[in-house]
Amino acid sequence: MVEIVIIPLLKIVIVLVAVLAGVAYLVLLERKVIAWVQVRLGPMRVGPHGILQPVADGLKLFLKEDITPARADRWVYTAAPIISLVPALIVFAVIPFGRDVHLFGLTVSLYVADINVGLLYIVSVASIGVYGLILAGYSSNSKYPLLSSLRASAQLISYEVAVTMTLVSVILLAGTLSMVGIVEAQREAGIWFFFAQPLAFAIYLIGGLAETNRSPFDLPEAEQELVGGFHTEYSGMRFAFFFLAEYANMIVISGVAATLFFGGWLPPFPNVAALSFLGFVPGWIWFLLKVLFFLYVFLWIRATLPRYRYDQLMRLGWKVLIPLAIANVILTGVATVWL
Amino acid sequence: MADAPRPMFDTDELVINMGPQHPSTHGVLRVVLRLDGERVVDCDVVIGYLHRGIEKLCENRDYTQIVLITDRMDYVAAATNNLGYVETVEKLMGLEVPRRAKYIRTILAELQRIASHALWLATHAIDLGAMTVFLYCFRERELVLDLFEEYCGARLTYNAMRIGGLPFDLPPGWDGKVRAFCAILEQKIVEYEVLLTHNRIWLERTRGIGVISGPDAVAIGLSGPPLRGSGVMRDIRKHEPYAAYDEFEFDVPLGLAGDTYDRYLIRIEEFYQSIRIIRQALDGLPEGPIMGKVPRLIKPPAGETYHAIESPKGEIGYFIVADGKSASPYRFRVRPPSFCNLQALRQLIRGHLVADVVALIGSIDVVLGEVDR
Repeated sequence: MVEIVIIPLLKIVIVLVAVLAGVAYLVLLERKVIAWVQVRLGPMRVGPHGILQPVADGLKLFLKEDITPARADRWVYTAAPIISLVPALIVFAVIPFGRDVHLFGLTVSLYVADINVGLLYIVSVASIGVYGLILAGYSSNSKYPLLSSLRASAQLISYEVAVTMTLVSVILLAGTLSMVGIVEAQREAGIWFFFAQPLAFAIYLIGGLAETNRSPFDLPEAEQELVGGFHTEYSGMRFAFFFLAEYANMIVISGVAATLFFGGWLPPFPNVAALSFLGFVPGWIWFLLKVLFFLYVFLWIRATLPRYRYDQLMRLGWKVLIPLAIANVILTGVATVWL
Repeated sequence: MADAPRPMFDTDELVINMGPQHPSTHGVLRVVLRLDGERVVDCDVVIGYLHRGIEKLCENRDYTQIVLITDRMDYVAAATNNLGYVETVEKLMGLEVPRRAKYIRTILAELQRIASHALWLATHAIDLGAMTVFLYCFRERELVLDLFEEYCGARLTYNAMRIGGLPFDLPPGWDGKVRAFCAILEQKIVEYEVLLTHNRIWLERTRGIGVISGPDAVAIGLSGPPLRGSGVMRDIRKHEPYAAYDEFEFDVPLGLAGDTYDRYLIRIEEFYQSIRIIRQALDGLPEGPIMGKVPRLIKPPAGETYHAIESPKGEIGYFIVADGKSASPYRFRVRPPSFCNLQALRQLIRGHLVADVVALIGSIDVVLGEVDR
């Protein structure tokens, strides 16, 4: 009873709360990091150094009037933010945060589920999220959101292919689709897969930026062109859902990057005996540090680069990233068989 | 569009309305776009949302009061507006301006050019998504505004010139601050260039976008950086020198391709040239009075005159008809650079993508206060 019901339920609650809190503070972190890059202070008013800003933002969004445009497709309009947010949250079910820990005489694994098709699950669930954007743009019955949602869907579909190809090359190395299995494979190999697959990682990172609609690929919500993008007509909590989904997706992309390429909960250079003292730091802290690093990279890029144009983005995806990713898969396959 | 081949599916053009309230139309410009997918088939530029009847207003004010109104046209480059106006009246009346006043006017005009270009670069960069350059440029523009504030007390609408001279002499220590600012700016321009000039994304977004050939640019009546971006050598500071420009050495940068990138490079180079002019002016600043001999009541003799100067946006010209009897102009007409440059927008936008529209609006650097007047 305890092991099959209560512990999983507790884990689900903890993961959800942690992710939502993480998202809230990621927004603050983004504002702070970008402010520092731009020689500003960022939020300073709500709490010391603005640390209560997410609470204030949340309250504000919660209390705002929720407007549905008169000519919107009411049901689809309501469903879209939910379709956007839910996949972004349930992906966390298979992301392993760390090794097993012992608590109160119980062995608790630091992941909600270790299914044998974990990676496939992530890819398929994450791609449902795009429906949220398409439907939001379509149901708003407004021109800017429509343009934006067309951009979003084209962009997500084209980058999904390249990203999935890079995952295939990792699977070829690990020989398993299970997220935990992939980390174990990296421990057995004694090397983070980043060092075996640098090209795949680069493509994954670029594709990840594009898939989460982050700068420099933030075309769907390019406010200088399309005002607010697909969520132009949304307000209040529904708007917040899109926001949560976007930042949750950033965490997912970072988490998957950390798991697949940077050894998940493993300390750096697990094969070097001289560095084995790093094992004193619990695995989940290593994992969180890696995730934070990638999140920082996301923000750093946003503060630095201008935005791509729609056709250039598609060209980069189809003519550069996908051929490279396929070549990488073939090379990896050949190497795995012959070496 | 009747001649276009019919596609397999019936497609419609999407008409979308960009502005007058839109984040990147730089004020209240309205562009009605007809889109085929993301491509702009045609567009209509609608102006007039900021029309205040400034020209008519000026015909009911006396000549001294008009300086104040010229501030409100191109409100990010008020000093050059003032300069163009006071020089026109001086020309009309045949007034002699002291050499020191001419030098100070040149310094103010060049500081103004730096401030205006900084604002332009900031908004142009953020239109293309580079948000950090936006804040960096505002940081430097702030320093120029501080200098202006110390000189005349105002930060935006300066009212910094008088017919026949200047209202104030330089505050003590001001020239040192200007020199310090020039040194700072020289370093900061490098920062902008590191972030943009060789940035692959920036190059892809601006190169080959909105190309306008030299003859076309002349035919439309472009002036200022957009004209020089197309490789046409025309800078009023060089060709019909006013203020003290004939005493300084400076280069006029020219573009080759006439695209958005060239217009960007030209304005960046103009930062350096402005610094050069300011330094020469400070070095050679003559002593003497700052006001010439001006009658108590400014009442030009009957006649008309046109005088133009090189504002940061292009050629700003004033045409004034005086009847010789009243203390206000009989006819007051401005040739606004933003308005004339805006005429190129339709031709530039056509055939480009939605994302380029904002790049192009930014690239010609319009200020709606001056377009609509």
